[in-house]
Amino acid sequence: MKPAPFTYHRPASLAEALTLLLRHGPAAKPLAGGQSLGPMLNMRLARPAHLVDLNDLIELDSLRVTEDTLEVGALTRHHRLANAPEVQRSLPLLGAAAASIGHYTIRQRGTIGGSLAHADPAAQLPLIAVTLGATLVISGPDGSREIAAADFLQSIMTVDLRDGELITAVRFPLPVGDLWAYEAFSRRHGDFALVSVALSFSRDAEGKIVALRLGLGGVDTVPLRLPEIEARGQGRLADENTIRDLAIATATAIAPEDSEQVPAVYRRELAETLVVRAFKAAVNREEGA
Amino acid sequence: MSAPTQDPLTLSLSVNGETHEVRVPARKLLSDVLRDDIGLTGTHVGCEHGVCGACTILIDGRPARACLTFAVQMEGHEVTTIEAVGRPDTLSALQQALHEEHGLQCGFCTPGIVVTFEHYLRENTNPTAEDVRDVLSGNLCRCTGYQNIVVAVLKAAARMRGELA
Repeated sequence: MKPAPFTYHRPASLAEALTLLLRHGPAAKPLAGGQSLGPMLNMRLARPAHLVDLNDLIELDSLRVTEDTLEVGALTRHHRLANAPEVQRSLPLLGAAAASIGHYTIRQRGTIGGSLAHADPAAQLPLIAVTLGATLVISGPDGSREIAAADFLQSIMTVDLRDGELITAVRFPLPVGDLWAYEAFSRRHGDFALVSVALSFSRDAEGKIVALRLGLGGVDTVPLRLPEIEARGQGRLADENTIRDLAIATATAIAPEDSEQVPAVYRRELAETLVVRAFKAAVNREEGA
Repeated sequence: MSAPTQDPLTLSLSVNGETHEVRVPARKLLSDVLRDDIGLTGTHVGCEHGVCGACTILIDGRPARACLTFAVQMEGHEVTTIEAVGRPDTLSALQQALHEEHGLQCGFCTPGIVVTFEHYLRENTNPTAEDVRDVLSGNLCRCTGYQNIVVAVLKAAARMRGELA
């Protein structure tokens, strides 16, 4: 349980970090919060020859809210996301999801850029990013580029990040619906969720669902947004019948992996249950129940 | 451009307000450097992959797993370990409450729990039992069943607020 030897680099600027990552290519790994990479190093599941420590790039630990965007710097820790008033005002769904990551101590170190680059299919922040249509800002040798979170996340722990590139920020479009919920099921508190649901919508003057966003984690190799379920719910009352119909349709729309530990049918049932819980939590929160 | 560091490195680390010079390889975990090179064995090593919480220390005042941190990363940062909390004859409010409420048995997990909640209770002076359980989920204890730890943390919080003698 000790990491293989590596050369340690501690760049003082983003430019320096990018130069180091380009120079050492696939032999280099960026180190942010280290809450996922650390265990992988200790267990020697990862053996990079070079470790580029990003923790001095404090300019990437940032939150900026404009009229149409919440921009989160890549080095922003989960604990800050979970507690920042500007996140609670503009995108409480993101704050609630961040507050549920791992454990209190883990959240003090873990970063949003690290979570997205790591791309665990059960992780919270990739799910929120995909569901809300977030854009990643990536810096590299040829300047910076932007990519939709859904395109960035390609498969289990596989992302569109090339040699010498770093995520520098995640942009969440605003505004989003004022009703929201993050619901997850895991076997132990703080474990990775077997299935998770992110939900966001509003109700118009007649109480009908508008701006519906629904995403699921843990049911595929990447978090999924479900546009066909969103379309199905659009314009309907968020009543018992609608919620039940959308939950069943969600369970039918997904094709989770079948394993001995977690059968596909179990994940389907969890998805159905969690969609119901998410809608009820969102409505109850608004009604102060 | 900072020069790449060659092993072994000579590091100057600030731990509990004292500066220590150590010569260690870059891959050496902070938990091992604290114990082997600095002699502070209160930081316990359980799982070595961030799950059990026994190695929890403070980095610049915030809790972190020492087993997921390399000592080389701590240059320029302040590390606080369990040795900085209370003294055998004057326990901290949290230590005293754990003692009174039987919040420990074998004691292996206790340093991590104390360090975590010494910070947490400063950030959250009036937690509910549910809040305490949420935070405590990051520390594994195989003796107590956690119940007495929750009781002790709530008692310490009440004392720190001046509501309980």
